[in-house]
Amino acid sequence: MAEQPVDDFRKEVRSWLKGNKPESPSFLLPETFMEVGTDQQFDFLRAWQRKVYEAGYLGMAWPEAYGGGGRAQIYQDIVNQEMAAQRVPFVPNTIGLNWAGPLILDMGSENDKRRYIKNILSAEDIWCQGFSEPDHGSDLGNAQVRAVRDGDDYVINGSKIWTSLGTYAKYMILIARTSVDGPNKYAGLSFFLAPMKVEGIDPTPIKKLTGEYGFCQTYFTDARIPADCMLGNEGEGWSVAMRTLMFERGAVGGQAGGLSMMDLNINDIVELARRAYRNGRPAIEDPLTRDELVKLVIEAKGNALMGSKAKIPALSQSYPNAVPMSGKLRGSELKRKMTRFALSLQGANGARFIGDDALDGGKWQRSYLNAFSGTIGGGTSQIQKNILGERVLGLPKS
Amino acid sequence: MIQFSEEQAMLLDTAQAFCQQQAPIAQIRNRIEGDQALDQPLWQAMVELGWLGITIPEAQGGLGMDLADTVPIIEAMGRQLVASPMLATTLAIQVLKTNGSDQQQEEWFPKLAAGDIASVAVTEAGGAWDLSLTDCELQDYEGGLIFKGTKTFVQDAAVSNLLIVLARYQGALRWCLVDIGDVPASNIRREAVIDETKKSYSIDLSDVCVSRANVLPGTDTLTFELATLLLLSAEMSGGIEGTLAVIVDYLKTRKQFDQYIGSYQALKHPTVDILMGAEMVRSHLYHAATLWRQSAGSAELESAVRMAKCCASEQFAEAGDRGVQFHGGFGFTYECDAQLFLRRALWGQYQFGDERYQRQQLAALLW
Repeated sequence: MAEQPVDDFRKEVRSWLKGNKPESPSFLLPETFMEVGTDQQFDFLRAWQRKVYEAGYLGMAWPEAYGGGGRAQIYQDIVNQEMAAQRVPFVPNTIGLNWAGPLILDMGSENDKRRYIKNILSAEDIWCQGFSEPDHGSDLGNAQVRAVRDGDDYVINGSKIWTSLGTYAKYMILIARTSVDGPNKYAGLSFFLAPMKVEGIDPTPIKKLTGEYGFCQTYFTDARIPADCMLGNEGEGWSVAMRTLMFERGAVGGQAGGLSMMDLNINDIVELARRAYRNGRPAIEDPLTRDELVKLVIEAKGNALMGSKAKIPALSQSYPNAVPMSGKLRGSELKRKMTRFALSLQGANGARFIGDDALDGGKWQRSYLNAFSGTIGGGTSQIQKNILGERVLGLPKS
Repeated sequence: MIQFSEEQAMLLDTAQAFCQQQAPIAQIRNRIEGDQALDQPLWQAMVELGWLGITIPEAQGGLGMDLADTVPIIEAMGRQLVASPMLATTLAIQVLKTNGSDQQQEEWFPKLAAGDIASVAVTEAGGAWDLSLTDCELQDYEGGLIFKGTKTFVQDAAVSNLLIVLARYQGALRWCLVDIGDVPASNIRREAVIDETKKSYSIDLSDVCVSRANVLPGTDTLTFELATLLLLSAEMSGGIEGTLAVIVDYLKTRKQFDQYIGSYQALKHPTVDILMGAEMVRSHLYHAATLWRQSAGSAELESAVRMAKCCASEQFAEAGDRGVQFHGGFGFTYECDAQLFLRRALWGQYQFGDERYQRQQLAALLW
């Protein structure tokens, strides 16, 4: 295919999105793939992903042989930008599209690629992740779920937690312990592309603080998975998991693209302050509210500028890792503050919850409660501060 | 987006090395006790490095660069708590550049590039930040003009050759040059200010007469205000980094209950907050400097500069406050460097608008 001029392509995408953006449903959509809690929400988002894929706007840079578009990455980047700009729903198969998919393309066999990639893109096969465990939080190297070889199978026992999309998933990227005799805790780990729909694997939805469902605890009871679904060799699970995290954190390219969550930024809060009423007047007219709002604007702007500053070595000499290592802490704390503040703009209605009586259907209340997933998941803000204190400032260990 | 030129990187490098060698923090108490109005060798060295001419056109003895290029220097000075007339003089140059006639610029720029000292006199006894509240007056007098009023917080006035005074003439604000020789020495009084490194003066201008030719044709005060906020933010950005270094050093070396105090999360976590604050201030600062270079005068610039000053005031004052607290009993003594940084923080915080004032201005700009 001749390379299409990018400006033309952007126009094409923009017009396609305008024409095909789904009507807002009668129910409140989740904001991230981690918050999909009802079949209604799931079906809606899965249909949307299929539509985007069939239009050719997902996996555009993945090889054609496996169902990708075989085009340059720039086209997918444009699609991602336009999807965010036009505020269309996100595509739900994030773990497949952006973590498992690139991993399989990177390390999988020819057979793996033919078997998994196309159905990841079309959302035919939903993927989930089995990394965290109940007793070990984010301490991945300490994973205790056991995988014991028995003939052509591995027999899995234990449980994983925070499995987003667990009940919908057909496959899980799973890290499990195949040996306890290694020289260190990392040596006994192995990595699987595990089927979910087998006897003995039981994803059990966890009710979140919002009262909704969004992820599972997944129990494994003598579950047998085929030995050939191991990715990499036995005992190499840690390095495969680290490779996966590189994709997850966006440190390396190769993701299928698409929008994986609804963006919330400070402009949304300003816009809310204009139309939400506090004590009979638009909140933005209240002097104290304005003061607080400016604080958030400065923090949000500063956060964005920090990324730009970090790219200038002369301005990052004293603590070169301060900005790169604090992204999650800063971003998740800001989101928590912004959504918490959003409730304060609504007067007595700040205390409403999901339902028709609430402003925007209760979106803000739900956003605030869900914001804790960011400040807790992937290592709490408190753990992040320990890490920054020790690794960036060189303070003694707590 | 932040842009940082090769020149700025070089200036930052040079300035950091210079300040560490020529004015290390270890000597600061000598400087405070010595209480010289001017550290002549230090000043001479700065002049020789060309720093005073950075924003002065080449034709008039300067380097023809931008105010953004002085930001890394002022920041490096702030890191070591260096107080020199460079800040005051650079701001005076800015006023002349924005508002002075060709003749006024030609008269003063070569002298200032060569080491003459100048200072801008704006603040008054009431301590208002809004320059439109200026009371000091210029009145017609025998073919010339005569001042009525007093200026405060005039930096380095005792060693200045030139003052640029903001005063009201026929109701409107005007800038006016005053040769320091025309002000009786007894009218210049040293003020006690919280930062002992700063040399601040109150000047009673009553009955000081000047020629009409001393009035600057331009009447722009906003550019001066923003330049001041930018350089204060630079000085404070350096100050936060200095505070953080003092804290981290103590947390790594001081033991209590058989443990280094830095291992306690009650100290570790707020110290990380200070680090994050420092990074944020620096990001806002160099963003404002970038915009200064690109588009001086726009509302976007004003907003960026006020954000920088707001953030710097808030973060430096908090870092200074915590710095004292984290030193425990030692922190309560004059001996501890934490007080030096806290006092500098408070100085900067209340110069030209604290964080609450900046937020008020920002809210009006934004919405």
